[in-house]
Parts: sequence; C-alpha cells; structure tokens
Amino acid sequence: MEVEETRLPGVGLRHDFLTAEGQRIGVVSQRGGERQVFVYDSDDPDACRAVIDLSAAEAEVVAELLGAPRIVERFARLREQVEGLATEGIRLAASSPYARRTLGDAQVRTRTGASIVAVIRGDEVHPSPRPDFTFEAGDKVIVVGTPEAVRQVAQILAEG
Amino acid sequence: MHLATLLIELGAVIFGLSVVGRLAGKVGISPIPLYLVAGLAFGSGGLLPLAAPQEFIQTGGEVGVVLLLLLLGLEYSAGELVGTLRRQAPVGVLDVVLNGVPGAALALLMGWGPVAAIAMFGVTAVSSSGIVAKVLTDLRRLGNRETPSILGVLVLEDLAMAVFLPVLTAVLAASGPWSAMSSVLVAIAILALVLLIALRYGRHVSRFVFTANQEILLLRILGLALLVAGFAESVHVSAAVGAFLLGIALSGEVAENVRRLLEPLRDLFAAMFFVFFGLSTDPGALPPVILPAIGLVLVGVATKFVTGWFAAARDGVGTPGRVRAGAALIARGEFSIVIAGLATAGGVTKVLAPTTAAYVLALAVIGPLAARLAEPVAHILVRRRRAAAAARTAAAQTAAARTAAPRAPVPEPARERSSEPAAEPDNA
Repeated sequence: MEVEETRLPGVGLRHDFLTAEGQRIGVVSQRGGERQVFVYDSDDPDACRAVIDLSAAEAEVVAELLGAPRIVERFARLREQVEGLATEGIRLAASSPYARRTLGDAQVRTRTGASIVAVIRGDEVHPSPRPDFTFEAGDKVIVVGTPEAVRQVAQILAEG
Repeated sequence: MHLATLLIELGAVIFGLSVVGRLAGKVGISPIPLYLVAGLAFGSGGLLPLAAPQEFIQTGGEVGVVLLLLLLGLEYSAGELVGTLRRQAPVGVLDVVLNGVPGAALALLMGWGPVAAIAMFGVTAVSSSGIVAKVLTDLRRLGNRETPSILGVLVLEDLAMAVFLPVLTAVLAASGPWSAMSSVLVAIAILALVLLIALRYGRHVSRFVFTANQEILLLRILGLALLVAGFAESVHVSAAVGAFLLGIALSGEVAENVRRLLEPLRDLFAAMFFVFFGLSTDPGALPPVILPAIGLVLVGVATKFVTGWFAAARDGVGTPGRVRAGAALIARGEFSIVIAGLATAGGVTKVLAPTTAAYVLALAVIGPLAARLAEPVAHILVRRRRAAAAARTAAAQTAAARTAAPRAPVPEPARERSSEPAAEPDNA
C-alpha cells in the first residue's frame, strides 16, 4: 500500500492512498491538530465526496479505535516470541521529571537493563530513539525488558 | 473632554466593525470589504466623519500591517518556501506577470507615472492569501487535489511580495532613477542576507525567543516584530517585509505558540488598518475611478482564473479541479491594500487609493462567490464528461456488435488523469 504525502504550505500535510476496493481516502493533518478525513469522488478524482472534520481530541479517539488493537496485538506477539520478556507502553505524565528532558538523562538502560525501543507522540512513532531524544508530557514510551525492569522504568519515568 | 470623545468614537468604530464583521460572516464573505466601507463612512467626506481617533487608528493600522505579515511568515517555514519555489517557479512567474501587467498598464495609460505603475502592478498581482485560505477551509476543499497547487501559488506570491515591497519602498523613497536603483539593490541585498539567516539559523532564533511564559512570549514577540519592522523600514526594506522575514525565521513550537497568542491582536489591528485605509480615502474620489476599476476587475478575474487553471493543470488535475483552482484564486485583499497604502503614504497620485479600494471591494466579494460557484460548474463538467464517455462506450459496443468481431475491446471511459491506477468500474 503506497501512502502519498503532499505538503500543504500554510496548512499542514495531506496523506492519501488507494484502498484495495479502489476507493481513494485521505487525511489532512492541520498544524493545530485538527484533522480532516475524506473520501475522494469517483467521478471527479480531484475532489472529495465526503469530509469529516475532527478536532485534535476526536482524531485521537479515532486513531485509538483504529490503531490500538493493532499495537496491542503486536505487543502480544512480541511477548509470545520471547519467553520472560515484558513490553509496556508507559505514558509520560505531565508531572514526570523527564518531561522536556532527554532520554539520556533518564539512564534507563544503565539503571534497569530495560530498553526504550520506541516513543509514540501523537500519531508519530519515533523508533529507536537516541540518547539526545527529548521526552514530552503525553509521550508513550515503549519499553522492553524483564517484567521487573519494565516496572522500574515506569517508576523512574513517573518519579525520577 | 478630549479623552472622552476619543474613547467614545474609538469604541463606536470598533463596535461598528464587530457588527459588520458579523454580517459578513452571515452572508459568507470576507469582512475586509466591509471594514473598508466602514472606513469610508467614518472618514472625511463620509457619512459620519470622526475626527478624534484618526491618529490612533493610523498607528494601529501600521501595527496591523506588521502583525499581518508576521503571522503570514509564521505560516511558512523557510524550507517550505524554498521547496515550493523549486517546484512551482514557472507558475509563480506566470501568475505575477499575467496579473501584474494589467495594473501597471492601466497606471501608465492614465498617466499616473512609473512609480504608480509599479505599485499598481503589485495591487493587481497578489491574491489575498487570507481570503483564499479561509474559503478553501470553509468549502472543505483542503483534501482536494488542486489545493496544493492553489496554496503553492499563494506561497510564491508571498515570496514575491518579500521582494516587491522593498523595491517599492526604495523607489518611493528615492529622488531620481539612480538613487532608486541603488536603494533597490541595497534593499534586495539586505533581503537576501536576512532570508539566508532565516534559512540557516532559524532554529537558533526560535530558541532565543522561546519562553514557556505566555505573557512574556507575547510581549517579547510583539516587541521584536516592531523592532525588526522599524529597522527594516529605516533601511527602506519596508516594515512589513521585516516582520514577514521574522515570521519565517521562527519555526516549530514557538511559531505555533506565537500564532495562537497573536491571532486576536492581528485581527484587531488589521481591522484598524483596513479602516484607516478607508478613512484616508475620500469617498468623493470614487466615482471617477469606477470605470477603470471595473475594467481592472474584469481582467483580474480572467487572469487569475488562467493562473489557477494552469497551476492545477501542471499538477495533473482534471478539468473540474482546474475550474475550482482558477476561481479560488480570484480574491484580492490585504496585500493590494498594503501596497496602495504604502504608495499613497509615499506620495504617488491621489487616485491610486480609491482605485485600489474599488478594486479590492469588488474582488474580495467576487472571489469567494466565484469559488463557491465553481463547484456546480465543475459538477456539470463532470456529468457532461461522464455522458460523453458513456456514449462513446455505447457506440463502441454497437459498432463491435455490428461487425460481430469476437470480443472487441471496450474502451475505458475517458479520463484526463492517468495517475489513477485504473478506472473504477462504477459507471462503466
């Protein structure tokens, strides 16, 4: 499946792709966080037949509805593959001492042995973040390690 | 006593603007033409001449121009500007030349002189990015395939403005052709330097400016914008362009925050700017310029339509989309007035301001209406094309049946765009 990305200067980004059924659908992501989901017209392939306006919060709900089961599924598969391995998505609270600080500051691997394999921010996934990656409140930090280590990471991220 | 009159009159003006703004919202047009009309009504020779707040509104209007351009700059990152320039430069050249030349030609024909011709070139060339972007959002066309082409044209025009305004300022300030030439060169050199700094070191500027405290951020940006604008003006680069470049230099989170903070201020002061332009234009000067203005409006509609059509066609958009793109670009607004205001302050012919006022009044109203009207026209085009394709298919089928050729290939319904992998069999 090929997702086409188009810049809309001054507005944001448009992504669209053709479904297997031959319907072209897309999303406009405005910089303020508002999204528009739309379906192209089959008679006039340049125009949209239906447009749904979503606020940032609504878009998040839709994303969760569409995406969450898949992520959960992927975690479950990962767990099955390696016995004794825990994977957890830890939400960084606004009160976390590491909000606005770098991944390196947290020294997660040194202190617990667990690894941060990805950070999900909004709908963006940052795979294999480097030590200079800066956390922000609301980030979902994906941690892999022993169950004990993952628990410790959650504590570190919450309390320091 | 003076204070009382000032406050009462100012309050009346601003309250009046809220009323006409609401009216514009109800009718679904841009408030800019109504602000202009309000200005005309309150000005000398108008229905309700106000004396006291003139000075305040003038200063407010000047701040308004700075904020208009600052927020416009914030809309774009330097990378976006350069990328669009690289992709769509031919469209930009066509747009500026096709739409600018009629204005300049009119000025020369009417004997307004070369400086007025340069100003009128700008007045007719530039679409209102504010109105166009608003119309596209309101008509829910952000996802349409012609929209990037339209937005690209707007970006290029804004860039062209960044070159044009310093040139105009320099020409207005110069005393003879030689001094004009050297001021233009100085202005362009400074512009290039600032743009380079914005491109290279924009991130540092953003970091330097950022603070989490909203109140301080607001004051800091406003102060910085006025400082930059003032310095730019003092070297004849034009205050507006200084603010625009500052906006471009700011990016990321800072830009997002600043936009949210400054938008209400921009709305207030920009409204004052439009009112001031109306105030300083004598309504009595309007009737004699109506005819040339109407001529310019007609030409302006046609040339913008051609620009949009060409821009969309270049991006592989079909005929209905080209119609939509052409119609969407017609609106003129804030820029035309910024240019005319600059020229009038610089002492060009007195008729330029009323001509521009009439021009913008007409096109700021016609533009959104045309954009709306483009949809049914596009629909008719689609239906006609579909009927033609169906007729062709039917004809081919009967022909195939008549010759009784074993399995004659049935042509696919004609499509202008070939980027779609295959025609859906929805209406074949």
